Amino acid sequence: MFAYLVRRLFLMLVTLFGISVVIFFLLRIVPGNIVDILFAAAGYVDPADKANLEKELGIDQPLIVQYWHWISGFLRGDFGYSYVSEKPALQEILPRIPITARLAGLALLFSASIGIPLGVISAVKQGTRLDYALRVVSLSGLSLPSFWLGLLVLTASVAMFGQMPIFNPNPQSFGEALATYCIPAMVVGFRSSALTMRITRSSMLEVLRQDYIRTARAKGASDAAVNYQHALKNAILPVITVIGIEAAFLIGGLIVTETVFNIPGVARFLVEAIRWRDYPIVQNLVMLIAVVVVSANFIVDMLYAVFDPRIRYTD
Amino acid sequence: MRSVWALAAMAALSLLAFSTIAFADEGKQGGILRMYHRDSPGNASIHEGATYSINVPFMPVFNNLVIYKQDQAQNKMENIVPELAESWAWVNDNKTLTFKLRQGVKWHDGKPFTSADVKCTFDMLMGKSQQKFRQNPRKSWYEQVNDVSTNGDFEVSFNLKRPQPSLLALLASGYTPVYPCHVSPGDMRTHPIGTGPFKFVEFKANESIKLTRNTDYWRKGRPYLDGIEFTIIPNRSTAILAFVAGKFDMTFPTEVSIPLLKDVKSQAPNAVCVVEPNNVSTNIIVNSSAAPFDNIDIRRAMALALDRKAFISIMFEGQGDVGGTMLPQPNGLWGMPKEMLESIPGYGPDVNANREEAKKLMQKAGYGPDKHLAVKVSTRNIPVYRDPAVILIDQLKSIYIDGELDVVETANWFPKVARKDYMLGLNLTGNAVDDPDQSFYENYSCGSERNYTNYCNKEIEKLFDVQSQETDIAKRKKLVWDIDKKLQEDVARPIIFHARTGTCWQPYVKGVTVMSNSSYNGYRYEDVWMDK
Repeated sequence: MFAYLVRRLFLMLVTLFGISVVIFFLLRIVPGNIVDILFAAAGYVDPADKANLEKELGIDQPLIVQYWHWISGFLRGDFGYSYVSEKPALQEILPRIPITARLAGLALLFSASIGIPLGVISAVKQGTRLDYALRVVSLSGLSLPSFWLGLLVLTASVAMFGQMPIFNPNPQSFGEALATYCIPAMVVGFRSSALTMRITRSSMLEVLRQDYIRTARAKGASDAAVNYQHALKNAILPVITVIGIEAAFLIGGLIVTETVFNIPGVARFLVEAIRWRDYPIVQNLVMLIAVVVVSANFIVDMLYAVFDPRIRYTD
Repeated sequence: MRSVWALAAMAALSLLAFSTIAFADEGKQGGILRMYHRDSPGNASIHEGATYSINVPFMPVFNNLVIYKQDQAQNKMENIVPELAESWAWVNDNKTLTFKLRQGVKWHDGKPFTSADVKCTFDMLMGKSQQKFRQNPRKSWYEQVNDVSTNGDFEVSFNLKRPQPSLLALLASGYTPVYPCHVSPGDMRTHPIGTGPFKFVEFKANESIKLTRNTDYWRKGRPYLDGIEFTIIPNRSTAILAFVAGKFDMTFPTEVSIPLLKDVKSQAPNAVCVVEPNNVSTNIIVNSSAAPFDNIDIRRAMALALDRKAFISIMFEGQGDVGGTMLPQPNGLWGMPKEMLESIPGYGPDVNANREEAKKLMQKAGYGPDKHLAVKVSTRNIPVYRDPAVILIDQLKSIYIDGELDVVETANWFPKVARKDYMLGLNLTGNAVDDPDQSFYENYSCGSERNYTNYCNKEIEKLFDVQSQETDIAKRKKLVWDIDKKLQEDVARPIIFHARTGTCWQPYVKGVTVMSNSSYNGYRYEDVWMDK
């Protein structure tokens, strides 16, 4: 197990290094920089002013020097300054992390707590009306874009209650606090809950056809014991994988949802920073997200090994 | 005798009624005005910005020397009132503008305001001081100013190379606040210090901007509000829904489009909404330095093909104005009279006749039904740019021009235009002040950085100076109309239309005036109050 862990850790570091290179150089390939954007907004360009500003921000230096400044700073915990707000990048990023983390955590919780039981029910009741109804719901979850669903929720709440669950940094009541996170989390989680449900269903169906399940039933085990103790335990592995992958992909849904619900989280901030070509914010933020995603994958790998000991020996 | 009593009773009643009205109009103190902001401004420094995303939230922090009356919709010379200046006078054959300054005014950090602050501000704007702005988009406004001199702590003079009456109008713009000497330009971008009715509290990029009442404000009894909070909501649907749901007291000014206005009125029928021109023209920029638009016939044909009313009816349900460079009357001060405008090729009411003429010009240039001219119409990837570009392409089809839409991200738009890497561009031009000196010099003078098409006509430029020095308004207007007509005939930057947009607020918000000929000058908010 130790060798497996060390090998996985090494691969994780190599991956993160690769990501840092890709982020840095891809961002430089995108046409335009903060100086172009600032001058475009002002509707004029004075070459001397432009050169001064490029020098002030350090973007006139060779790319490799810029990369070294950034990555060495990142490793030291010095994230530099935002080009736009001129505040320390860390000071800009840190307060936004808990907001997005809460939202993502709730979305995943929603996704798992709805997706897994409904997937099990759908598999157990295969071919019934309930199964078809649940499959239609899951299909709609996969097909509805988050921005559309989000706007629908907002419009409906304004039309029906004259209220809207827009982000409130100082909620006055429990209901307001709940609306701040729960409704956007459900909008984000709806898609992944549908995916979780489908995976659980197909995984369960596969397991339910196995001989040991038939044996358990023949030995007189109850339906609940067969479905939840024997089948689900063995069917859960692909579901964990999917939830792990979904955690990584969640950022896409969060960008849209944070925009629609006006939540000042990391995802919306990232899009805004890309729009301004605010390199210190984009690079550090993407790198932090990469660390989270790679770590999540690492944890999933470890969980695999815990659930299925054969993996740690064969990998 | 009875009639005398009756008259006296009537007089008493009138007085009572008048005093009641006066009392009802008296503003109430207190309350935080909640507004949404359409996007996150790059920084908080008005002098370094060129968008009203900066003016709206930060104009309340400052004062100018003079300002347009904030309760009058139209910006005009007669409506300019003192702010940090108590009075002004033109001397030395109208070549010196001297201001007597208000005494006892303090910056928000407690330091006293003096003439040195005025000199500092304008020295920086003219590029004459040690400290520099990162960007100085309105440097050209002060080209006629030789220097700014002080006479003691409370008198300051602008010494000009030649008379320029409109300097006062430029100084009254929301873009011309006085900055403190003791705060660096960098700090003004992140934590602005002013003398204005509201103090800066915080600016969280992409999140919110908060201002609080300046309790030491020199204008006693103002402001009425305890503060103003802007929540940044770039998604327009979300922002409008939040306004409808009562989360905000006011929309971002002049940001409600005509179709959206209908939504607001249907969902919040009590909301007060006004629609005004915003002095932003939608125009075509032509790369006349390269084929095919180096051919004046093709440029003229294109101008003749425009059906301006169609643009306005499709995009704004008829609520827009046709005009030249200057905003059309009656909201605009300098717009050409209708009959003069219609005498310009392409402005005549018979669109079909104009297009027949255009076709002849195209045929003269070698194009026709069998040989169409293929052009790329470049524009920014924003609906207010994209939508008219699509209509333009459709209209150009009628004169053998096949347009292809070339959508450019904002970050690349200006560099692309600056290096002349385009054929035809659909552009929007906002005018900070409804005055020819701002518009003509910035957009049409040879070598100006905002003259995107590099249009250069020395003869017209001489006329710019003639009108600029003219003190007789009637004479100046005639000169301005002639210049504007020539600019349109030369197809320097064909103006398609002038837009109108809406602003809405809840019925309890009082004292809001939306400017009818500018989008940049009416956001001091010291007279705004809430009746709740």
